[in-house]
Amino acid sequence: MFSIAAVAIFIAMCLVLVRLIKGPTLYDRVLAVNSFGTHTVLLIGVMGFLNGRPDFLDIALLYALINFVGTIAILKFFRYRAIGDAMWTPLEPENEDQK
Amino acid sequence: MDLFFDISCLVLIISGSFFVVVGAFGTYRFPDFWSRLHAASITDSAGVILLLIGMGVYSGLTLITFKLLVIGLFLFITGPTSTHAVANAALVSGLRPPKIKNHIQNKVNSKPPTKAK
Repeated sequence: MFSIAAVAIFIAMCLVLVRLIKGPTLYDRVLAVNSFGTHTVLLIGVMGFLNGRPDFLDIALLYALINFVGTIAILKFFRYRAIGDAMWTPLEPENEDQK
Repeated sequence: MDLFFDISCLVLIISGSFFVVVGAFGTYRFPDFWSRLHAASITDSAGVILLLIGMGVYSGLTLITFKLLVIGLFLFITGPTSTHAVANAALVSGLRPPKIKNHIQNKVNSKPPTKAK
């Protein structure tokens, strides 16, 4: 039963990885990385049950936390080109006074 | 009662794996970014919840179930949040669905530009 789930999650991870390499835009790749992280959380949990050691769920929880923060950080970096610099000021729109 | 738990655990885990594979296949196969977003959120909602509930039924009432509950609550909050963040970033950066893009262009082309205020 858990082996079926592990094989299914592994196939899903391979498909998402193909989308991650192929993806035409940046946002496809960010979406694929996020989905890959969710699959990794599930795979860690299922492998823990498969080996009879469900203590791996702590690692799965930690991976879920890192995955969420990493996705938000990548999106913020590609929008502002900075992650919370101290001397950073937002860029002014150039054609604001031309209207 | 034991048989009931076994069968419900089997059904939950098999259906969860099915939804995970369906979501990943949609992420691989759909033609557009926005439809891929829709397919990827199937994994985030249905697949994760069914698999975690199945594992919780398998393990019974122990500390493992509490950990699974915490993981489920966290993924239940952060999955839609990160999907929304990706969609919002793509929308702000100018990515549009193809039909809506044509629709907006037609509207812009058919109407003469009016000065605001």
